[in-house]
Amino acid sequence: MNVFGMNPGGMNPVLDHGIELADLTLTHGRRPAVHHISGRFAPGSLTAIVGPNGAGKSTLLRAIAGLHTAQEGRVRCRRQDIALLPQAAALDRAFPISCREVVELGHWGRAGAFRGLRPQERAAARRALAAVGLEGFEARPVGSLSAGQFQRVLFARLLVQDAPVILLDEPFNAVDARTAADLLALVRRWHGEGRTILAVLHDLEMVREQFPETLLLAREPIAWGPTAEVLTAANRLKARMMAEGWDQEAEACIRSAA
Amino acid sequence: MLALLHDYAWAPFAEFGFLRRALIGCLALSLAAPPLGVFLVLRRMSLTADVLAHGILPGIAAGFLVAGLSVTAMSIGGLVAGLAVGIGAGALSRATGGREDAALAALYLVALALGVTLISTRAGSVELSHLLFGSVLGVDDPALLMMAGVASLTLLVLAFAWRPLVLECFDPGFAAAAGARGGAWHMLFLALVVLNVLAAFQALGTLMAVGLMMLPAVAARHWGRSVGGMTYAAVGIALVSAWAGLLFSYHLDLPSGPAIVLVAGASWVLSVLAGPVDGLLPRLLRRSHLTG
Repeated sequence: MNVFGMNPGGMNPVLDHGIELADLTLTHGRRPAVHHISGRFAPGSLTAIVGPNGAGKSTLLRAIAGLHTAQEGRVRCRRQDIALLPQAAALDRAFPISCREVVELGHWGRAGAFRGLRPQERAAARRALAAVGLEGFEARPVGSLSAGQFQRVLFARLLVQDAPVILLDEPFNAVDARTAADLLALVRRWHGEGRTILAVLHDLEMVREQFPETLLLAREPIAWGPTAEVLTAANRLKARMMAEGWDQEAEACIRSAA
Repeated sequence: MLALLHDYAWAPFAEFGFLRRALIGCLALSLAAPPLGVFLVLRRMSLTADVLAHGILPGIAAGFLVAGLSVTAMSIGGLVAGLAVGIGAGALSRATGGREDAALAALYLVALALGVTLISTRAGSVELSHLLFGSVLGVDDPALLMMAGVASLTLLVLAFAWRPLVLECFDPGFAAAAGARGGAWHMLFLALVVLNVLAAFQALGTLMAVGLMMLPAVAARHWGRSVGGMTYAAVGIALVSAWAGLLFSYHLDLPSGPAIVLVAGASWVLSVLAGPVDGLLPRLLRRSHLTG
């Protein structure tokens, strides 16, 4: 960050990009999706967010990215520094747009809605596509890609965004082992560059091997810290006990008053 | 042969000023409305334009009751009513947790009935048919200015709003996260749709006004694989439809709105049959697959 609050570009994210959650409660209607969570994702940390379906993992990422308003508490972070990889299913893959155009959308934060892209920005998009192993796919419509190739395109867009904080929502769903390995290598590279990375994941093996920190979420935060200490049998059992259904008799939560 | 072509295809326009005005107005709209239609199709909002077109009717009727067949009065009334329906439906569905298409369907039925009722209290069937189905005679100078002005404004705004609109269609989550203010662009876009429908109703009638917007856009899906390509195809189809439709309207003494829309409809059928992208004919003429 320079004094004008603009990202100077290039692969040099500044190191003070933590995310702080202060007694954060996120709801769908009145039902809590994430319930009274406090803590801090340290700058440059690589954290996996795991938990059962319906545990509020995606909602938490969306709240950090500013797409979901907090019911109570707050998220402290720099919104403009964040790049979000949405779940691939949320995008319209039938849209008539080419891979190159998708990747170039990553320049939005700098180019905005109107400015034409500079030659070096177009070159950056081409390099990003090559970096995810999709050289020569520039003109291909996204509708013709496989799920894994499409995920690579979205990672290329993240490369172009060049944001110091990266949020990944189920990045390795429906991709084959080789694609997952390639994309994971990118995540490692970003980690090495000092970026703060949060990833919602389901593959606990991968979390154990690759992610130093873990947040185990089951609406309530069950455990948060070094992966080995979080993913214990006791904690995982506790997470599985989370009632997926709503409690019909639920009363107003009084913790907020405290 | 050439003389015959001239007699049928050009002489009417050369002879009658009102036909020339209608042609110029429709050509202007053919440049502006189809791109909006392409975005509506891509957003799966194909029916929204229809709803807005019906929604403007009570406003036009109110203008008509106050000032007769005055373009200014009817346009102001239509603009207010159209924006109210468009914004109202969105707000209503968010407030009640219902689905937007259901709210739109309810609003448009009410608006159509209300509009026809209002007009019937004062006007004869000639004026009613004019307002519903259009008349080339209706394109007077204020109407022509309105059509040309709306077309210019639409093209200008689209030139600026192109990237946000594409982004908002393709990946609204990314647009929101990147602070692209998708909602504001969407509102601006809907306002453009209302303006275009409003400009079109003089020549095409309120019931047919969206024909020149939606049919070419739906047909264009079979001719292009990119947003830009689809837009060029849609504009081309609309230009031809406007010209041919007005000729049919003149030679066969048809209302201009249905004539233009029928030509556009014919080009849609042709596109579905013979269009290179997902057309039926290329599918029937199976060519052997490539090696890789």
